Amino acid sequence: MAPSVRTGARTGTGYGDAVTTGRNRAERSCAISGIGQSDVGRRLGRDPLELTLDACYGAIADAGLVPSAINGLSTYPGGMTGSKGFTGASAYEVIDAMRLEVDWFDSGIETSGQLGSVMKACMAVAAGMADHVLCFRSVWEGSAQGSGGRSSLTPGGGRNSRIYAGGFEQWWLPFGSAAPPVWFALYAQAHMDRYGTTADQLAQIALNARRNASRNPKAIYRDPMSLEDYYNSRLITTPLRLFDCDVPCDGATAVVVSRRELAADLAQPPIYIEAMGAAMHDRSNWDQLKDLARTVGADAAEQMWARTSLTPADVDVAQIYDGFSYLTMLWLEALQLCPVGESGPFVEGGTRIALDGVLPLNTAGGQLSAGRLHGYGFLHEACVQLRGEGGERQVAADPQVAVVAAGGGNTCGCLLLTTVAEV
Amino acid sequence: MSERQSSERQSSEQGSDEQGGFAVVPELSDRNRHFWQGGAKGELVFLRCQDCGSYLHPPIPICPHDQSKNVQPEAVSGRATVATYTINHHPWLPGFETPYVVAIVEIAEQTGLRLTTNLINCPLEDIHSGMAVQAVFHHIEDPNGDVWLPLFEPVPEPAPVTGTP
Repeated sequence: MAPSVRTGARTGTGYGDAVTTGRNRAERSCAISGIGQSDVGRRLGRDPLELTLDACYGAIADAGLVPSAINGLSTYPGGMTGSKGFTGASAYEVIDAMRLEVDWFDSGIETSGQLGSVMKACMAVAAGMADHVLCFRSVWEGSAQGSGGRSSLTPGGGRNSRIYAGGFEQWWLPFGSAAPPVWFALYAQAHMDRYGTTADQLAQIALNARRNASRNPKAIYRDPMSLEDYYNSRLITTPLRLFDCDVPCDGATAVVVSRRELAADLAQPPIYIEAMGAAMHDRSNWDQLKDLARTVGADAAEQMWARTSLTPADVDVAQIYDGFSYLTMLWLEALQLCPVGESGPFVEGGTRIALDGVLPLNTAGGQLSAGRLHGYGFLHEACVQLRGEGGERQVAADPQVAVVAAGGGNTCGCLLLTTVAEV
Repeated sequence: MSERQSSERQSSEQGSDEQGGFAVVPELSDRNRHFWQGGAKGELVFLRCQDCGSYLHPPIPICPHDQSKNVQPEAVSGRATVATYTINHHPWLPGFETPYVVAIVEIAEQTGLRLTTNLINCPLEDIHSGMAVQAVFHHIEDPNGDVWLPLFEPVPEPAPVTGTP
């Protein structure tokens, strides 16, 4: 929104002239020069640092760089204790293990979703703090949670113990709203009540993911899934079933964000970051959103579209977060790929979002079937598709524009990627 | 499952937990004590800006609308409507007999003032968004200070009006 000159107060919609005139668009200084991904599996039982380094060294080699060329590093979420595999390696661990000499580095979870780490890398490059920034996301939730580890949040003490909930947690944990499926089920029900979205429509996100996963050799679940199979999966919390929830896995993904002039001379055709969206104009408390059937991702998407002359109609392939199937539906609306409230009819029957549809969606199988690589899997797949390296799952029509969106709740971000540099 | 099992939480609403039973207990602080202990008097209490009248939740020390520091705990009616809900079947925590109902309710006094809570004393098939509910309190004894969780139950339907007064 344009700020008032006098007070800085927002006076209308749209973004300031820094955007519309192209000044300060950090992402235009950058390109993705390399991508890398470790082995991915349900429970690999391997050192998560090894997986992380596999992805990082892979991305650097893919770009045609050597590790000593990397002078920046950015990751989500960085080091955490007691994370049950939510983070596979911290920024410090990777910097030390690779003996990097960095001019800038950053990690953190309070940002615009997993892609926030990539946006920060762009800003660091544009600000002249680094030339080649290694960005990664690493998870080992499959191994760390073990068999059934995700099924219960019981602390060590069992039935007679107590959990003390502080911070934001105090507002939902005492009521058994104990995990993200519950929070997103609440939103999904709100959408169904408001717009008449149906379970059959929700199922299409999971079915589409599985169809595409069958063409991805690294996907975790590749066997065909029917609508009947979907309905036979157990209810977790209405309206979400097991197959509406992504699958914890082990794996790491990395990309190198390089200064655009440097990327042009490297080993791969650069993938350009046409626009990025980080905005959050809503409450950061999950149950206080202005509208429970909307995502703050809509704010990020509005910002992203304001930073480019491309429009939603230009998107050739969409890689959209599916921590829960409903989130993908919500992001389709947020990204303006379909009208608000109409994601249900849009995905109905699954033809529009199929590999040969008007908007191929989650072509690697998403997190629902290919594993919860937590946002970066979508970024990786977008680059694969734009480079035409999708193999059996390659979108046929030579895609040139991909949208990537990740996150949900109060942590959402999106990127528009292209094969052609706009000035 | 019986309707009773599914619609009551821990069979002890408006009663108190047995000593030592599993519970998730809000960590009391000077900022939130009014909310978690208001139930001792049967009251649902929010911070309210005494200058502009806005209820502030979660509690914060300065009103974001007028930057007033004159914010004080104030009881509301306890009336609310169900904004959305989910019937949870998964045993995330001990002490929560499944299925149980998590809801977001909107407090009657202010649009957008919401709580995540449990719906109790309501058959699952009757639950719907927009239904009128009222707060009841679930007492948890705790050595660090007792707390009262605000849960919600349907407001009894008014008896049909017949005839003229």
